[in-house]
Amino acid sequence: MDLKTEYMGLHLRSPLVASASPISEKIDNIKRLEAAGASAVVLYSLFEEQLKMESLALHHHTTFGTDSFAEALSYFPEPKEYHVDSRGYLRLIEEAKEAVKIPVIASLNGVHPGSWAKFATQMANAGADAIELNIYNIPTDPDQSSADVENSYVEIVQAVKSAVLIPVAVKLSPFFTNMAHMARKLDHGGANALVLFNRFYQPDIDLEALEVRPNVLLSTPQALRLPLRWIAILYGRIGAHLAATSGVHTAEDVVKLLLVGANVTMMASALLRNGIDHLRVVEDGLIQWMKDNEYESVAQMRGALSQMRCADPSAYERAQYVRAVTHYTAPIR
Amino acid sequence: MSKKTENFTTIDGNEAVAAVAFKLNEVIAIYPITPSSAMGEWADEWAAGGKPNLWGTVPQVIEMQSEGGAAGAVHGALQTGSLTTTFTASQGLLLMIPNMYKIAGELTSCVIHVAARSLAAQGLSIFGDHSDVMSTRGTGFAMLASGSVQEAHDFALISQAATLKARVPFIHFFDGFRTSHEINTIEMLTDDDLHALIDDNLIFAHRQRGLSPERPVIRGTAQNPDVYFQARETVNPFYDACPDIVQAAMDQFAAQTGRQYHLFDYYGAPDAERVIVIMGSGTETVQETVDYLNARGEKVGILKVRLYRPLDMRRFADALPATTKAIAVLDRTKEPGSSGEPLYLDCVTALYEEWRHGLIPAIIGGRYGLSSKEFTPAMVKAVFDNLAQPKPKRHFTIGIHDDVTHTSLDFDPNFSIEADNVVRAVFYGLGADGTVGANKNSIKIIGENTDNYAQGYFVYDSKKSGSMTVSHLRFGPNPIHAPYIVTQANFLACHQPMFLERYDMLADAIPGGVFLLNTPYDADKVWDTLPKTVQEQLIAKKMHFYVIDAYKVAKASGMAGRINTVMQVCFFAISGVLPREEAIAAIKESIVKTYGKKGEQIVEMNLKAIDDTLANLFEVPVPEKVNSALPMLPAMLETSPAFVQNVLGMMAARKGDSLPVSAMPIDGTYPSGTTQWEKRNLAQEIPVWDPQVCIQCGKCAMVCPHAVIRIKAYDGAVLENAPETFKSVAARDTEWQNLHYTIQVAPEDCTGCAICVDICPAKNKSALGFKAINMEAQPPLREQERENWDFFLSIPETPRNLIKISSIRQQQVQQPLFEFSGACSGCGETPYIKLVTQLFGDRTVVANATGCSSIYGGNLPTTPWSHNAEGRGPAWSNSLFEDNAEFGLGMRISLDKQNEYARELVKRLETEIGTELVEALLTANQRDEAGIYEQRERVAILKNKLADSNTPDARRLIDVADALVKRDVWIIGGDGWAYDIGFGGLDHVLATGRNVNILVLDTEVYSNTGGQASKSTPRSAVAKFAAGGKRAGKKDLGLIAMSYGNVYVARVAMGAKDEQTLRAFIEAEAYEGPSLIIAYSHCIAHGINMATAMKNQKAAVDTGQWLLYRYHPERAAQHENPLTLDSRPPKVPLKEYLRMENRFKMLELSQPDVSAVLFEEAQQDVNLRWAMYEYLASRDYSQGGNGKGSH
Repeated sequence: MDLKTEYMGLHLRSPLVASASPISEKIDNIKRLEAAGASAVVLYSLFEEQLKMESLALHHHTTFGTDSFAEALSYFPEPKEYHVDSRGYLRLIEEAKEAVKIPVIASLNGVHPGSWAKFATQMANAGADAIELNIYNIPTDPDQSSADVENSYVEIVQAVKSAVLIPVAVKLSPFFTNMAHMARKLDHGGANALVLFNRFYQPDIDLEALEVRPNVLLSTPQALRLPLRWIAILYGRIGAHLAATSGVHTAEDVVKLLLVGANVTMMASALLRNGIDHLRVVEDGLIQWMKDNEYESVAQMRGALSQMRCADPSAYERAQYVRAVTHYTAPIR
Repeated sequence: MSKKTENFTTIDGNEAVAAVAFKLNEVIAIYPITPSSAMGEWADEWAAGGKPNLWGTVPQVIEMQSEGGAAGAVHGALQTGSLTTTFTASQGLLLMIPNMYKIAGELTSCVIHVAARSLAAQGLSIFGDHSDVMSTRGTGFAMLASGSVQEAHDFALISQAATLKARVPFIHFFDGFRTSHEINTIEMLTDDDLHALIDDNLIFAHRQRGLSPERPVIRGTAQNPDVYFQARETVNPFYDACPDIVQAAMDQFAAQTGRQYHLFDYYGAPDAERVIVIMGSGTETVQETVDYLNARGEKVGILKVRLYRPLDMRRFADALPATTKAIAVLDRTKEPGSSGEPLYLDCVTALYEEWRHGLIPAIIGGRYGLSSKEFTPAMVKAVFDNLAQPKPKRHFTIGIHDDVTHTSLDFDPNFSIEADNVVRAVFYGLGADGTVGANKNSIKIIGENTDNYAQGYFVYDSKKSGSMTVSHLRFGPNPIHAPYIVTQANFLACHQPMFLERYDMLADAIPGGVFLLNTPYDADKVWDTLPKTVQEQLIAKKMHFYVIDAYKVAKASGMAGRINTVMQVCFFAISGVLPREEAIAAIKESIVKTYGKKGEQIVEMNLKAIDDTLANLFEVPVPEKVNSALPMLPAMLETSPAFVQNVLGMMAARKGDSLPVSAMPIDGTYPSGTTQWEKRNLAQEIPVWDPQVCIQCGKCAMVCPHAVIRIKAYDGAVLENAPETFKSVAARDTEWQNLHYTIQVAPEDCTGCAICVDICPAKNKSALGFKAINMEAQPPLREQERENWDFFLSIPETPRNLIKISSIRQQQVQQPLFEFSGACSGCGETPYIKLVTQLFGDRTVVANATGCSSIYGGNLPTTPWSHNAEGRGPAWSNSLFEDNAEFGLGMRISLDKQNEYARELVKRLETEIGTELVEALLTANQRDEAGIYEQRERVAILKNKLADSNTPDARRLIDVADALVKRDVWIIGGDGWAYDIGFGGLDHVLATGRNVNILVLDTEVYSNTGGQASKSTPRSAVAKFAAGGKRAGKKDLGLIAMSYGNVYVARVAMGAKDEQTLRAFIEAEAYEGPSLIIAYSHCIAHGINMATAMKNQKAAVDTGQWLLYRYHPERAAQHENPLTLDSRPPKVPLKEYLRMENRFKMLELSQPDVSAVLFEEAQQDVNLRWAMYEYLASRDYSQGGNGKGSH
């Protein structure tokens, strides 16, 4: 069975890629991902904002209360160095590259185009095989237009592309007025792949404390529908490769996404929930499905049910919504 | 002047000494004590960073449990042949004395570096004088005195070179703070210099004298009357040879470095008639003054004493000019009852024995500079003037006004010898605004980037919150020898506008000088905001006046409250010390160097602040006329008692130096409750109560570190005269049905920590971001709330018999008798102390170990321990650091003895007193408030009955009758005391079974001295002396105490379970045996957000890092397990707590690999501890005995 797939010029043994998650914080886990069959690993995201926060907190706590009282002019010793910058992350890239043979994709969340480019360069120099730009912000300024927001994405891609030679993927959210247009803009901006979609961690309400709490929810299989639709629509229409992420839990999910046109399918929640070895189960299931359905290769599957190639292209568009509702047959209580 | 070379650097005395000592030793035993702690900190940091000594190996640095322990370790290391040193001061040096006799008696080469400091007598002082080193004169240690940062650096080497050759151990001392903390430009010794002075062969000889099983010997024998004396005399030749050896080392040093020293350096007119003999930093002042006076035709000189022991009397006498007629010997110490202070007596003896020029000059002695009292050229002149008198005053003092025994010399405070080519700058800042840090940085920039020499000295507040700092800087083309503060400033900066109303700072500015003010007002508006005296002086002195809104600039750069960089740029821009562009480039470079490792963000915001500053700096033309009527604020409320206003008020106004001797209490006794008179108005925001939302739980008052949130339940009739804005609601407690209830904030005493808001559990149901208590800006509320506060105070306290103390909501109406302390804003210790005073304050005597609690509890001018309307309250004292448990036990024994004696007398006088009263007095149950109240009533009746009786026993009984009323002894201190230096005593006191209550305020570090590790410091925490992260686990003090079986032990954390805390305090006090409460006290030294610090306490408990329990011996007697675990099994991974605190987090950020291991080990600690305690708490006691039954 030929599972080989190509993703942004990276030749992968299968379409099963480990998505950015805390799993990749440890080298041992990255080794286990490779052993379980991951064809590439996207490292957890380097958040520039977080680096800054850590740096500010460190500065605050090491200066707070100092030079105020004669007996205690400071409260902490002064270490020679701190790892408040990207060094820890870059070391992880280096160590991962030494530890595994599969491609290592670094993930980045920067603050402004200049810093995106700076960190991307550092990542490339550290040996990353590709970079995934985890563009993750929630525009709340009423004076900022949608066009401004969209352009800022493109600027980031252009800045990074002009700084590094390795492939660059863009992971983005589905919340654009016209996703197809946005995808094309990014494609023209130089993105080698689009990773669909990012999941925002939505706030929740703690009813006991009556407070707003950030709440990390793992994805559910239902989340799959959104990337599935957009990959189906985008397949064949843009040059950039397509990676599916969000809601990829089972072999069936992988099959569906490959059929609509994904180059790779990425998993995080499923591995966090079921363990790293779940990758093997998915791969076995994929092979079994292919056998059962007489597919010989992943390439043969890819895009077969995309909007371009499926029997009913309108199924991916708004009409489908109407039909789904009118055909809803569950008993109404 | 020698041209500065690249070896010049700008550092303080402690670093200058530590740099040499670290290089020249193999073993360094350390223990924190101000002002020497920094030497140990440097050594620990360098060792943790792998810095090698002169011979390429990293010294072993070991923290000990006390200076006594450090001296023992030093002795042992020396005895086995290692080059060994330690650093100490004051009481610490006293604790080393026993070992010093041994080390010297055994002729062991060693140097102890001492930042000389006052000894605690009528009061403790952390500041500098020679009382400590003078107390070691008998030990046999040689004593070498340095007088400046450069000399301290140099003599650290000379003493080490000399001790190896002489075999006489050395104390190398320099003045605490004045030299240890002064930053000055010095020429650093190179490794070549060190090698040139230190002879390897002498090290080998030292090593060979060490104990070794390869060549066994016995040293440290017990000797009998037949030989001890002779054996004691064997060392004489070594002492005889020592001065020559030191001089030879000094000569060799001079050949190597060009800096020549002598055992006694005479300086001045070769034909001087009047000479001052002095040692330490005062030598610098005298030398400069001698130059000044001689240039004006006088013939005076100074003899600087370098090697004080062994005293080479011949050299001493010969160093003086033959023309000398009169000598004033200045001692920086006091020996009450002596025939004179030691240096004076030595001078008398030396000249008596060795003067070779005819008639011995007149010699007089005087005291100066105790506790870093300023010693200025004006005082030097006064001493020379005194010498010129036909009958000079003997045994004089200089620098104070002694109107009691009239020892003091008058001096002219306006006399100044400051050179014109020296820039003298004074900066008034707030601790939190970074002023001192910026000035230290400026000194470095100037000292290291220009041909100028630089000096900095910093004066700090005695309060830990809202503290003012005053920086004194000098810059000039010649080395600066001026170890006294700047009083003739040509640049004066006020970084906090509110100081203008409190301190007359412009008095120190010279005419034509510059005044820089940070102010929120625009340049064209600021004049009208200035107090009258400020306007007057600006005009009279024709000063140049500049303003900047530094907070605005800092905020725009993301720097929030730190205006350091902004004000630093202003200083350089205005002062012209450096060309502006050059200065700014240098500041930028230093920003990158200083902050680079903390991340680009920090660098960037500082650089932005620099760039934005100049555009916001304006010169304000000084008008010709004063238009302000704004007066200076009084330091104390005008309603305060005379002593508070006239004495404490002067101290608070920074005018304490002018108080005469007669103003001071003779025995160190001060009135209690004086913080109430000093309204510091520190808070930008204060809590405001919302009675409609409030559930009246009392938690806000309980956690308030400064006792500024008060609660009363009272009869509503009093509200008739209430101010309009006074808030009152019906009390919700069912037992207080007819009472009114108010939570009132003391607006001018609050520090604005906001910990009350964080703890408040009641939320506004319609706006959940608001609680029953919310922070609001203080200035608009100040007047209104001041009036409300005063009214609140006038409401009678809720009668104590109406208060159920086991319920927090009721208990918290008890009046705190510990209020408005100088502790850090948000302090984690003070809520526990306050709780003790609320519950038991009116019957308590407190023994307080030295440390944070003794400083915020007892540092002048004002102190927080207070009293109630009846005049009763905690009586408080501090003995030492190491002896606090014993001190408290002594109180207990004493009070018990008085009680016993009183009971005997009551029995003896039964016929006179009446059987009924006798019976009632002797069998009184005083276990609760009512019982104590009744006993007080009985004692009053008893005294009344005996008042007319003149029998000796009746008078004796009246004298001790109060002892019939219950007395609590609370022994309070931090973990440095309880776990380390005072542990032996604490252990002993627990073992006595006596009824004392011990409260350990466990911050898990030596907080007061700046966060050094103690044995309470948990594994993986970064602390000073554990710079690489603490490798060992925390000592389990509670478990040790439990092993006695008859000790009540509780571990509490108010922020995790306040009810358990309250219960523990009540049980501990009620238990008639020893009790030990170990209280988790969050601390600024943890690197946490102090406003939400109670959450850290909760996290510590939730993760199992801090167990809550109570061990009650009485339960065992009732066949129950004495141990009750009050916390639940750990439910959260420890890391979640560790990452909340910088002390742990910074290990992750600085040494991720080490932290990964230590964090894991710390989790194991948690798991094992829980398992053990769970087992202990579940043992079956139903069969009696000690829980041996299985379960």
